[in-house]
Amino acid sequence: MDIDKPLFEGKWICLAPIDREKDAEIEARWTHEAAYLRMLNNIEPARPLSPAQLKKKYEAIEKDMEEKKNHYYFTIRLREGDRLIGFARLYHIRWAHGYAQVQIGIGESGERRKGYGCEALSLILQYAFEELNLYRLAAWIPEYNQPALQLFQALGFAEEVRRREAVNRETRRWDLIHLALLKEEWTPK
Amino acid sequence: MRENIFRGKLTRLTAEDPGLLAQAFAKWDRDAGFKWLLDDAPPMLWSVDKIKEWMEKELENDESRSFFFGVRTLEEEQLIGFVDLWVNWVNDDAWVGIGLGERKYWGNGFGTDAMQLALSYAFTELNLHRVTLGVFDYNLRAQRSYAKAGFKLEGRLRGELHRQGQRWDVLIMGILRKEWLEKNYFECAGEPA
Repeated sequence: MDIDKPLFEGKWICLAPIDREKDAEIEARWTHEAAYLRMLNNIEPARPLSPAQLKKKYEAIEKDMEEKKNHYYFTIRLREGDRLIGFARLYHIRWAHGYAQVQIGIGESGERRKGYGCEALSLILQYAFEELNLYRLAAWIPEYNQPALQLFQALGFAEEVRRREAVNRETRRWDLIHLALLKEEWTPK
Repeated sequence: MRENIFRGKLTRLTAEDPGLLAQAFAKWDRDAGFKWLLDDAPPMLWSVDKIKEWMEKELENDESRSFFFGVRTLEEEQLIGFVDLWVNWVNDDAWVGIGLGERKYWGNGFGTDAMQLALSYAFTELNLHRVTLGVFDYNLRAQRSYAKAGFKLEGRLRGELHRQGQRWDVLIMGILRKEWLEKNYFECAGEPA
């Protein structure tokens, strides 16, 4: 057992807790960028949120994590300055079968395409497989979110299902792609 | 307008009293085999009263998203199972779940009949674009039934289930509105869509 092995820290970014007051102000700004919300979520309509609404959302997330024990939510911060740039989470965890869904978002548009998402995803995979001892992680990504598909595939996720025309966005239909990574396929970074 | 869309060849879709449903579910839940075919939750036993509370919530709170029906046989009027559509309105997509708790009705077309009613409802009343379901790879009877109802295999979730010491896949199947119309509407209504 190596107690100095990093769990929450990558080279550039780290996984960190929610800061309800400060994060709400920043995330409220992100939610006014429709493209970001549309990349993240294909189930609910994109809508801007106020800092007060986000504070409530954070409370609900932490309550959920505490009571149901099937949700692990982290913020992603630049190590330099501890500045919030996104979030990463494991959710819908089914302990009996060892599976969960995984999602990450880099909300700060100026910090995208710098490898931070890759680092954050690597950290949360390590957390899922080595800390929670899960067997299988799944991600549902609409076919229009090419950056996410490329990132997940680069870290070993394989396409398992194509739900034909399951997403309706910008007046046309898109496939919803289910990707998954099994523990035995995962290469620790 | 077409005939009664709640009535099939063998079964009909019904609204049931939560108390009666709770009694039926409490009985069916004691059949672990039924539960292993139904979903991924570890089979668990609950009181009729607890199940009734959930039923009341399900039937009252989620009216706009969840469309839950009892399934009764036409002949004996017996409650043999349920079918449930869980709708995502933004995408006009629904997950459908079906279960026949009464084993003696398995393998005789009752489930397929009820599923066809649910699809009729999904496409002609809810006006959905597609319907999705998950089925376990050891449940061959259900896979045949869903294929008969028009579902196509869209992929498999590798090893999503861990049961009896083994990993099993979950198959995802879907049917699009246009596929359902091609399969059903021409025969039933006799006119082009």
